[in-house]
Amino acid sequence: MNLLGKLTLDAVPLHEPIIMGTVGCVGAVILAVLAWVTVKGYVPYLWREWITSVDHKRIGVMYLLLALIMLVRGFADGIMMRTQQAVAVGGAQGYLPPEHFDQIFSAHGVIMIFFVAMPLVIGLMNFAVPLQLGVRDVAFPTMNSISFWLTASGVLLTNVSLAVGEFAKTGWFAYPPLSELQFSPGVGVDYYLWSLQISGIGTLLSGVNFVTTILKVRAPGMGYMRMPVFCWTALASNLLMVAAFPVLTALFAMLLLDRYLGFHFFTVDAGGNAMMYVNLFWIWGHPEVYILVLPAFGVFSEVAATFSGKSLFGYRSMVLATMAICVLSYTVWLHHFFTMGASASVNAFFGITSMIIGVPTGVKVFNWLFTMYGGRVRFTVPVLWLIGFMVSFVFGGLTGVLLALPPVDWQVHNTVFLVAHFHHVIIPGVLFGCMAGYNYWFPKAFGFKLDERWGKAAFWCWFIGFHLAFMPLYVTGLMGMPRRMQHTDVAAWQPLLWVAAAGAVVILAGIVCQIVQIVVSIRNREQLRDTTGDPWGGRTLEWATASPPPAWNFAVQPRVNEIDAFWTRKQRVLARQELPARQHKYEPIEVPKNTPTGVVTAFFAVIAGFALIWHIWWMAGAGVLGVAATLLAFMFRVHDEVEISAEQVGTFDRAHPIEVTP
Amino acid sequence: MNIAVEMDDISQSELVNISEAGPAPKRIVAGFGFWIFLLSDIVMFSALFATYAVLVKATAGGPTSAQLFDLRNVAIETAILLLSSYSCGLMSLAVDSRHHLGTAIAAAVTFLLGAAFLMLELREFQGMIALGAAPQRSAFLSAFFTLVGCHGLHVAIGLGWLVLMMVQLSIRGYQPVVVRRLHCFSLFWHALDIIWVLIFTIVYLMGVLP
Repeated sequence: MNLLGKLTLDAVPLHEPIIMGTVGCVGAVILAVLAWVTVKGYVPYLWREWITSVDHKRIGVMYLLLALIMLVRGFADGIMMRTQQAVAVGGAQGYLPPEHFDQIFSAHGVIMIFFVAMPLVIGLMNFAVPLQLGVRDVAFPTMNSISFWLTASGVLLTNVSLAVGEFAKTGWFAYPPLSELQFSPGVGVDYYLWSLQISGIGTLLSGVNFVTTILKVRAPGMGYMRMPVFCWTALASNLLMVAAFPVLTALFAMLLLDRYLGFHFFTVDAGGNAMMYVNLFWIWGHPEVYILVLPAFGVFSEVAATFSGKSLFGYRSMVLATMAICVLSYTVWLHHFFTMGASASVNAFFGITSMIIGVPTGVKVFNWLFTMYGGRVRFTVPVLWLIGFMVSFVFGGLTGVLLALPPVDWQVHNTVFLVAHFHHVIIPGVLFGCMAGYNYWFPKAFGFKLDERWGKAAFWCWFIGFHLAFMPLYVTGLMGMPRRMQHTDVAAWQPLLWVAAAGAVVILAGIVCQIVQIVVSIRNREQLRDTTGDPWGGRTLEWATASPPPAWNFAVQPRVNEIDAFWTRKQRVLARQELPARQHKYEPIEVPKNTPTGVVTAFFAVIAGFALIWHIWWMAGAGVLGVAATLLAFMFRVHDEVEISAEQVGTFDRAHPIEVTP
Repeated sequence: MNIAVEMDDISQSELVNISEAGPAPKRIVAGFGFWIFLLSDIVMFSALFATYAVLVKATAGGPTSAQLFDLRNVAIETAILLLSSYSCGLMSLAVDSRHHLGTAIAAAVTFLLGAAFLMLELREFQGMIALGAAPQRSAFLSAFFTLVGCHGLHVAIGLGWLVLMMVQLSIRGYQPVVVRRLHCFSLFWHALDIIWVLIFTIVYLMGVLP
């Protein structure tokens, strides 16, 4: 019996200079960071205050950090594809061999969707939702930590595939029969399946956690129609997570059974049905689009209202549109594969529903416009992202309506026209939204604002770079260029592909600006300091506490009796021009106790996942046992909470009064 | 001006309906969260059911459902599982009235019935595999073993959970956290019954229809 399963030294691609160079650099950076942290003596602090933290704000920050690091990785894949396609025309073969190029486009999709977009939106929800609801934490704080660390496990496994073995060459959705053992005998698809299976459990638990939090844990007086719109969109997004991710789990379990135990769900022989995979994948995949974009819409709603100094136009229609999208997102999945061969009436049904789902989205766009109309708009960085989004997203949506017509779809199916379309909705929709949210809530999280000048530079680079990179692809798509080409023979596409590559370079400049923005902001943090807790003139409860908020969020449980609770309260205080006389009686607060359960569970999950990928059965057993033992230890834990004394709460609260300025 | 003071001013009597009552107590939050989790579990089963429905005729020349299913065995399995749900309900009542002996007996009965169900199911699987009707034989059998096996796996996990809960109950008594978990367990166990009723109908009864 082989102790290491399929794992041998050959698994490390020593003969590939690009991969080994990357692995070497990344390894060096990781080692340097670890060494720096150790030498500076930060390890105990990180362990105590961050790694084992169950505080929703810290978990949110860690999600965002993870996402931004993965954005760099995903972008590196993207710019490699753009440059490869620009040079590999005619006689030239470019610098990426086909089997490497295939891994790159698969990894790019997987990383951008699962490990950039998902952690971005989940991170923002983690940070902002409990604060906006006026409560102390999410419903299940330890589960929140487990969710985060399982997501990080998936990230780790995906990135390990770079150095040990290979990643899937199947595209980011791993359609069978290509992803079956017969046609993909390597470990690439197994890396894909186990990373997403593990991180998917984390996402599902997040969904359960946030649905429960939003429906059951809100400040007194905060009825449903008084919730900030971001909380509504978070509710819709998490309902979709609860209802969509189990399908993905079941689907991947079936493909794993095919690959590991010789089952016949999607094989070409013994009655397997590959189209069923495609259907089930998109029954998860289309709601996933809205899981990502709805919270971004929520951020835009908050940003539009705050920086226009007006309440959101059409709050009720916004809520209704959000929930309509939530339901309708389950009725459109077939538009991802009109060419399956379903009957004309089936295609017509899904074509029409796909157009209908554009209606509530249109309602939202008008609401944002009317919110800004007549407002005193401050052109801060989040507002730039908002305007860039509205200008761009509408056109991305229109090409979507085009693609919803089955006859048109048949013409451009699997061309880069489609690639241009979905980047045109996901980048301005999700990414711009998360960037707006990141700039908007950063001062709340860290107590100082981000630098405006670099933030604006980053926006303009992203905005221009994005259009340069993807508009040419609409054209080459209409000219018939298939997606995922490592090499083409059509010289007519090349100038356009060079423009697209130039766009990627401009986006790179945008990412550099964002890194500089953080560095500059940290260096100038004393000038950028927010002492008021309310740097933007906010409307919702997250601005009614100190920046950064204490572990217990609010010294005294806020009560709410209208929408935009904080804003109206500020107006009332200003109108009376007097300080309320009564002083607080602070009470001791119980906060959930930090626990290493999440990180230890994730550690064993990585062990188990890695072992299963390489068929190291003893190690897989050890990993699973480790997970079980960790959860068992948590189950038998006696103390769940620590008490913060009334005195401590009072001292902090008196030191951080929330100031109201006209 | 310190605004946090203002936030405290609304009196409780202004809160008119339940959605404005503030954070729910832990017992409610835990139960509700577990319900949401169960719904997600049911969604997972729905994907497996849909797969089964698509693949049920894809026998690839191998044995069909009508040839394989033994309704007598399934009827016994169903009766046993439904009875275990009843004893689980009795356990909940005993827990609510803090009746030690009742809890212990009801838990033991639930465990034994669950284990018997699992044994019958494994015996059925074994018999089918011996006949050459293994999951690797056809897409239909892959879907069958996965759907029914996934339910069986849930039952097995439930049995393990029940044992752990009894250990915890004996160590810590009826602490709120233990009672909450027992409540979640019973929700889980009843949900498995609902799934089984669907399996009984869609897989077995419809499987032997001419």
